[in-house]
Amino acid sequence: MSDSIGFAGACALILMSLGLLFDLVGSIGLVRLPDVYNRLQAGTKCVTLGTFLLLLGVLVRFGCDATGVKALLCLWFVAMTSPTAAHAIARASHRAGFRLWSKSVVDQYAEDGDARGREEAAP
Amino acid sequence: MWRALSCFLFTFLVWLAITWSLAPLCLGIGLAASVLVAAALRDIELQDAPLLLLPVRLFFALAYLPVLFAYVVQANFDVAYRVLHPKLPIRPGILRVRTTLKSAAGRVLLANSITLTPGTLSVDVVGDVLYIHFILVPDPRDEAEPRRMLARFERYIARIFE
Repeated sequence: MSDSIGFAGACALILMSLGLLFDLVGSIGLVRLPDVYNRLQAGTKCVTLGTFLLLLGVLVRFGCDATGVKALLCLWFVAMTSPTAAHAIARASHRAGFRLWSKSVVDQYAEDGDARGREEAAP
Repeated sequence: MWRALSCFLFTFLVWLAITWSLAPLCLGIGLAASVLVAAALRDIELQDAPLLLLPVRLFFALAYLPVLFAYVVQANFDVAYRVLHPKLPIRPGILRVRTTLKSAAGRVLLANSITLTPGTLSVDVVGDVLYIHFILVPDPRDEAEPRRMLARFERYIARIFE
């Protein structure tokens, strides 16, 4: 079995291993970082690239068939939705009153009152 | 009408790609689902999206992908370093940064690009002001630094959507 995966299979394995590694780092970040905003940073960056590489591995392994094309579409979908979701969570958390970590240095968003009601006033 | 038709076509193409099958049952369900989606979304306006039909803009959109990907990889090593470092070297905070982009689609793309790249996360966009969470806030004496971080994306996005 192991000597029949071929070049594409080997590339796929490498991509998937790298993807898992980044997903792991992202998960460690979720545990270690202090507040919701920093955790979102780990969540959006490492997990996006990790998932990206995993799906890319699937694409390389299966080529242009039903599974491969699904992976490609998922790639596009993850790239579009992951940062948007992170923005929604961060904004909602801030408006719900979750303050930044006590050692944070600046919060100009709070200074502007969450920018509430400024949508109309903005030039 | 034109909008609903393009929405239907797009939905149906995605359906074809996902199912990867031309069996009559699959096609039938796909057609029905696409009509439903197009009908449900008929009031949603596709602002700025038709701009991508211009070849030059599409070219820059495609050229932007590898640039963005390079920054994403760099972002990952940066965050990985901070997360795995025993002392957790972070100095977080939220800054307000102005963008020069005018179009809504351009600002959305800029905000999403910022979220995916080194140590920054878009919290909110109000008018031309972006509120960005930094995992490592730049030195306050260097006021131009946040602007520079935005400018390197704005160069590309302006060519796509402006």
